[in-house]
Order: sequence, then structure tokens, then C-alpha cells
Amino acid sequence: MPEAVVMTVPGYWAVLAAVLLGGLAVFAAALDAGLSDRAQGLGGGWGAPLAGTARLLRQRRRTTVAADAVLWRVGNAGMLMGALLMVAVVPLGWWALADLDVGVVWFNAVDVMVWALVWLAGWGANSTHSLVGGYRFLAHGLAYELPLMFALVAPAIAAGSLSVGDVVAAQEGLWFVVWMPVAFVVFLVGVTGFSVWGPSAPALGADIAGGVLSELSGVDRLVFLAGRYAFLAAGAAFSVPLFLGGGAGPVLPGWAWSLVKTAAVLGVLVWLRRKLPALRPDRFMEIGWVVMLPAALLQDLVVALIVVGKA
Amino acid sequence: MLIGIAFWVLAVVAVAAGVAVFVVDSMARATYALALSFIAVGVQILLLGQSYLGVITILMMVMEMAVMAVYMVMFMGMNPALMPMDMTHGKKTAIGASAGVFVLLAAGALLIPWPERRGVPPEDVTAALGLEIMGEKMLVMAVIGPVMVATIVAGVVLAAHRSRYDRFGDDLRRRPADDPQAGGVGR
Amino acid sequence: MTLQTVLVVAAALFAVGLYGALSQQVVVMVMMGLELMINGVLLAAAGFWWFLAPDPSGQVLLLVVLAAMTVEMAMGFAVATLVHRRRRTDMTDMAEDLAR
Repeated sequence: MPEAVVMTVPGYWAVLAAVLLGGLAVFAAALDAGLSDRAQGLGGGWGAPLAGTARLLRQRRRTTVAADAVLWRVGNAGMLMGALLMVAVVPLGWWALADLDVGVVWFNAVDVMVWALVWLAGWGANSTHSLVGGYRFLAHGLAYELPLMFALVAPAIAAGSLSVGDVVAAQEGLWFVVWMPVAFVVFLVGVTGFSVWGPSAPALGADIAGGVLSELSGVDRLVFLAGRYAFLAAGAAFSVPLFLGGGAGPVLPGWAWSLVKTAAVLGVLVWLRRKLPALRPDRFMEIGWVVMLPAALLQDLVVALIVVGKA
Repeated sequence: MLIGIAFWVLAVVAVAAGVAVFVVDSMARATYALALSFIAVGVQILLLGQSYLGVITILMMVMEMAVMAVYMVMFMGMNPALMPMDMTHGKKTAIGASAGVFVLLAAGALLIPWPERRGVPPEDVTAALGLEIMGEKMLVMAVIGPVMVATIVAGVVLAAHRSRYDRFGDDLRRRPADDPQAGGVGR
Repeated sequence: MTLQTVLVVAAALFAVGLYGALSQQVVVMVMMGLELMINGVLLAAAGFWWFLAPDPSGQVLLLVVLAAMTVEMAMGFAVATLVHRRRRTDMTDMAEDLAR
């Protein structure tokens, strides 16, 4: 096993991690708004997230009849909490808040939480469209979760460890994305899945009046949307230590490379939203099980054979 | 000290959420109360030094409860959230039996002179577990694997309402299959 | 946190689950009771491992318990689906003849 390269920092650095995650989320939102405006032939639009935040903060909160307020709030606020829990194991350069010996499984456990959170946000409103959105998300989840799990397995096999620090250390010289591209792509599909983003966003589709979002207003809506962008940012951030060599890179220090790579992956994910069609849950189920799952398993097999061959 | 406090808080959460499962009216609340109970136990397992099993418990159970909630909504003939009612039978016997079992087990836990701790935990618990199931306890895993496959097959056979004759016709020659949903890979 | 306290908590979880499994009429609620019982077993096994014999082989028991739980869930859902389709019911009392 290679030597540990990631150092654990004291707990109060969590504040910085939260700020950075927030910054990346705002970056994603601004980029998305800017691209939207450009697609319509308008200039600017980069300030839209700020204006949107101000508007939602001033908006009065709307409630529905017989809403299950507790579960609804848990679902909304949980998204932001989950994203924070996720970045706890993501190293910034050579520092991490927590380098658990099961960091990869921790990431997986947090992304599974989204199943509960989105469904609860859909259920709590006691409204048809929002519940349909919740069910759509679960259908998507059944399709993307298993391939995502097996995509996470590939770097863990290659590093011989479930610790994120060891995975980074094992990529010295050659990044995992080079010899596990399939796992990387499946991982990114999973990221869009658990952040209900782009092609995986039918749970919030316009055809069901916004789905889970349909009854959310004011602060609730703001928190849910922020959590969604935060999850997208956290997923992009996790792809860096897992596939892109962590903080490795010339000239710049490790933390800067981590941020640059994260921003690049995040930018691509945001940009792809306009390029890819929505994945209908009923169609995507078969794609997930017939295409992505075997592909991820084959990738795991190849990685395992290479690792055994090298040893 | 801190671990002790955390343990007791989690214990209270786990048991209270467990009781809530059978007390609350709403199906969603009952299911997610159970999920909360499992999360609390998962964190307790983390406190007991088994990081992999603790995290995997949380992972599995949250997923399972998300699916469980769907089944609850699907199969509950009436919605107790809209129409509170008592959907139980033999309640007194059940309370008696479970109280008796609790007293018995708790008395056993407190009165039995447990032996001293043997050995120390391995340095890397997760790696040790992995080596164990791929080495000495390989047989256990070799049995669990087929059992899981049998479960998947049996579950699908029991739950699916369409057989191959519905899909491919009486002589099994119809192509493409007649499926209610088209699927995503070009059929 | 001692072995005794862990086991008492596990016993409480087990007892609550047993109450549910015995008293509930709806199949899915019965399954939730069973899950809660297994939850107690899981905690007890983890406690035994940590306080009595923290060697690697003990952890395998927990994995087996987890596997048993998944099998229970999958078969439970499958049978519940089948019973619901055939009889339009999800109450254990209406499927009593299956026990004969």
C-alpha cells in the first residue's frame, strides 16, 4: 500500500470547506444562468443567481393543505446537509477534513441519502405533481445507483483501499481516468443522477409543473436549489481525488489544482445540461441495467486483472 | 466520555424511532422513523469500531426504506394518515410477549458474567474483514452469493405478473417481445 | 458504553420489533417489525464483537446478518406483491389459509 499523502486538518476547517462548496455551487448556478441567456441570444445573465436568491428570500412561503411539514423540511434542508457531509471526505490538495478508512463507502452512503431526501421533498407537499416527481427520482435512482456503486469500486480496487487518501496516492504517475474511462463516465452520470441535474432531472420536469419543485417557494425553494447545486459541486469535487489525481499538477500548489479540476468538471456538467436530452425514467431503467451496469462491471474486471497482473 | 454521551443519545433516538414506527399515523413517517432507527444503530456500530459495517448499514437501510415507503403507499388499502385507525390484532398478547422478551434479554445481558475481552482489534478493521471473507471465511461468502442470486430470481418470479408467454406469444416466436414499456435500448 | 448497556439497547430494539411483528395486520408493517428485530441483533453482534472478541472473523457474522436482512426484505416484498395481486389485500388475517 502506498504511503498516505493526505493530511487530516482540525474540525474548524469545516467552515472553509462549506464556504468553498458554496462558492462552487454559486459558480455552477451563475454559469448555468449565463449559458441560458447566451442560448437565447442575450448578454449577461451571470448575476441571475444573486437576483434569484434575493427574490426567493423576499418571497412569502406558500404551504399546501395537509402538508407533512416535518418530512418536507427534512427533505429540503437535507440536500444541503448531505452535500456538506459528502465533501467532508474530499481532500483539497493534500488536506482533508476526515480521511476515513472507508471514505469511498461514505460517499456512497451519502449519495444514497438523496433517495430519501428527494422523495420526502416530493411527498411532504401533499401534492400530486410533486409526488410524481419524487417517484420519478426513485425510478432514476434504481437505474443509476448500481452502476455508480460499481464505478466507485474500480478506483478502490486499483488503490487496494477504500480510503480516499490512498486512492489519491495510488494515482501518482498515472491518473485513473486514463485507464478507467468507463467508470469515470458512469460516475459522472451518477453525479447528475443524485444531484437531479441535466439529463437526470425529469423529477423536476416542466411536464409535471416542476415536479418536486412545484410546491416549493421562498426560502424552501432556495434551500432545495442550493442543495442541488451543492450536490453537483460535491460530486464534481469527489471525481478529482477518485479519477483525476487529486491535487497533482505542475507549478500550482495542490489545493489550487483540486479547485481548478473541480471547477472544470463542474463546468462540463453544467454545460452538458443544454446538450443532452432528458432521460425518461422508464427508458433510463433499461439503459442503466443493460448498458451501464455491464459496462461498469467489465471495467471493474479489467482493473482487477491489471492490478493482479502488476502484482 | 464523549463517546458515552453519543452512545446514549443514539440509543434513545434508535429506540424512540423504533417505537414511533408503530405509533405514528402516516405511512411515510413510519418508514422513515425506521430509517432513522437504523441510522442511529449504524452510527453506534461506527462507535463500536467497525467503520465499514456501520457505513454499509446506513447505506443499505436508507435505500431499503426509500423503497419500503413506495410499497407502503402502494399496498396500504386505506390511508391511516387521512383516516386514523387501529390496524393491529392481538395487541395485548403482543405487548405482553414483547415486554416478557425484553425483561428476559435485559436480565440476561445484565446478570450473565461476560468473559474478559480476548485479543485486540486489528489495526485496519476493514482490510482485516476483507482478508477474512476472501480467506478463512470464504465458504460463508460462497454460500451467501448463491443465496442472493436465488433470492433475486425467486423474487422476480413471484412478483412478475407476465410470463414469457405474455411477452413472446404462445409459441415463443414473437419478436420483438410485447412489453408494456418500450425500454431504452432501441426496442 | 459497556457490553451490558449495548445489549440492553439491543434488547429494547428487539422487543419493540417483536411487538410490531406480532401485532400489525399489514404485511409491510410486519416486515418493519422484523427489520427492527434484526436491527437489535445487528447491534448486539457489534457489541459482542467489540467487547468480547475483536478479531476479524467476528465481523463476518454482521455481514451475514445484513445479508439475511436483504433476503428477508426481497422475499417479503415479492410475496406481498403476489398476495396483493391475487387477493387485493395486504392484511395478514386475510391470508391465513396460506399457513395451512
